[in-house]
Amino acid sequence: MSWTPADPMVSLKDVHKSFGDLKVLNGVSLDVMKGDVICIIGPSGSGKSTLIRCVNALNDIQQGSILVEGLEVNDPKLDKLELRKKVGMVFQQYNLFPHKTALQNVMMAPVRVLKQDKAKAEATARALIKKVRLEGKEDAFPGELSGGQQQRVAIARSLAMQPDVILFDEVTAALDPETVGEVLQTIKELAEEGMTCILVTHEMAFAREVADHIYFTDRGVIVEHGPPATFFTNAQDPRTKEFLSQIL
Amino acid sequence: MNCKTDLPVMLPVSKPEPEPFCGLRAWHILPLALLAIFGPSLAFAQSDEGVLSPLAVLMNWAPLLLKGFIFNLVISVSAMALGTVVGAMLGLGQISLIPAVRGGSWFVTQFFRNAPWLVLLFFAMFLLPFEIDLFGLKIPFPDWLKAILGLSLPVMANVSEIVRGAVNSLPSGQWEAAESLAYTRLQTLWLIILPQCVKRMLPPWMNLYSILTMATVLASIVGVSEVMTLTGQALASEGGRPELLAPFYGFVLLLFFVYCYPIARFTVRLEKKFAVIG
Repeated sequence: MSWTPADPMVSLKDVHKSFGDLKVLNGVSLDVMKGDVICIIGPSGSGKSTLIRCVNALNDIQQGSILVEGLEVNDPKLDKLELRKKVGMVFQQYNLFPHKTALQNVMMAPVRVLKQDKAKAEATARALIKKVRLEGKEDAFPGELSGGQQQRVAIARSLAMQPDVILFDEVTAALDPETVGEVLQTIKELAEEGMTCILVTHEMAFAREVADHIYFTDRGVIVEHGPPATFFTNAQDPRTKEFLSQIL
Repeated sequence: MNCKTDLPVMLPVSKPEPEPFCGLRAWHILPLALLAIFGPSLAFAQSDEGVLSPLAVLMNWAPLLLKGFIFNLVISVSAMALGTVVGAMLGLGQISLIPAVRGGSWFVTQFFRNAPWLVLLFFAMFLLPFEIDLFGLKIPFPDWLKAILGLSLPVMANVSEIVRGAVNSLPSGQWEAAESLAYTRLQTLWLIILPQCVKRMLPPWMNLYSILTMATVLASIVGVSEVMTLTGQALASEGGRPELLAPFYGFVLLLFFVYCYPIARFTVRLEKKFAVIG
């Protein structure tokens, strides 16, 4: 079975995951089409982060299926490198490499992993740093940048690998309120350019603005989902209603 | 490098300089020791005419003792180099994904880390042949080479633990970020993890070197002509005059102090520096 762009880019079917006795995902299914921006929201500990970490095999799953462009993630023979070239990831704690400059952080993987020509990779990296509005910070080390700036470098680093889908794991949760906006702006621009994005976020206003589809998770299952217009105004499930009433 | 972050950080509590004991500071040890060692000899020099003063005797022997000390340094540097190379590999073995490699490396590390250095030295001395027959070519295997091998064993085990500890001390986010960028495990180690570990490993590594340098005198017990052996021989050939003991062994102590103390100071400075940057 070969994958075509008409099929879901990412497709989860009945995904179960537990850490020891603790069940984190209890049968999650969702489809993400190419160019979709989906937001996963829900209370802490509801399995949101685990869910997207499973998509690029940072966590393994016990049961179910995760297809990324037709590639089965829950397969012991999975070529993880192949998967991770398709799937980018941005973390809550940025996780930039502190011993490398912003530019090196961005261009290192294309050179070392994709074996791109160094000059070409550098040109791309500089363009990406410009794109995330950090011109002039190419030679700064992560420790010299603010949280928001580091997170934008992390986004540029992920983009440099030309992934087909990017996972954003609560990328603004560790940021100062005044730098949250600049990071969200960057993600919004990506979304508008048609990048497929899966976001775990607590920024409801942002989710409402950029998402094509919202998923609400609680206790390891998707309780409710829908396009933002109906989701935020017309939630059906009592758990969703309660969550939204606390947060909005 | 200044560290700017939005995360709450624990700032290091700057420990107040220890209250100097009777107004003494660490470096005062040097002149005090000199006085304690050579003071009596000076007094002796004024009282007797016929015999050479202990200080003069020491001066006669000093060049030889210095040579012996340099031999100690050669042993220490060689054992450190060998122990570091093998120990680094062993340390990486301890974080291998292959259970057999991991278990084996762990066992070797723990075995040699918990063995007395002197026993390891004796082992190397008496188990290794005095020459190796390599395709008919006889390569001599002198005592000092055995001493280097013997001392490199505990160094190896300690370096292995230093490497393992440093790798484990890095936040797991570094591994995850590298993984999600499709680096192989080897690339991750080589390009991302180990470069960050070097500065973390440097202080304990230098500390280990100091300890090793001071332990090289153990080689005198197995007959290597290093500074302690030579001191003993010098004292014997001077007829075992008891008033020579303090200046001679004091001189050896001073040699080690002058060499090791700066290393210790430098290590403390590095530790302070890296404690802030993290």
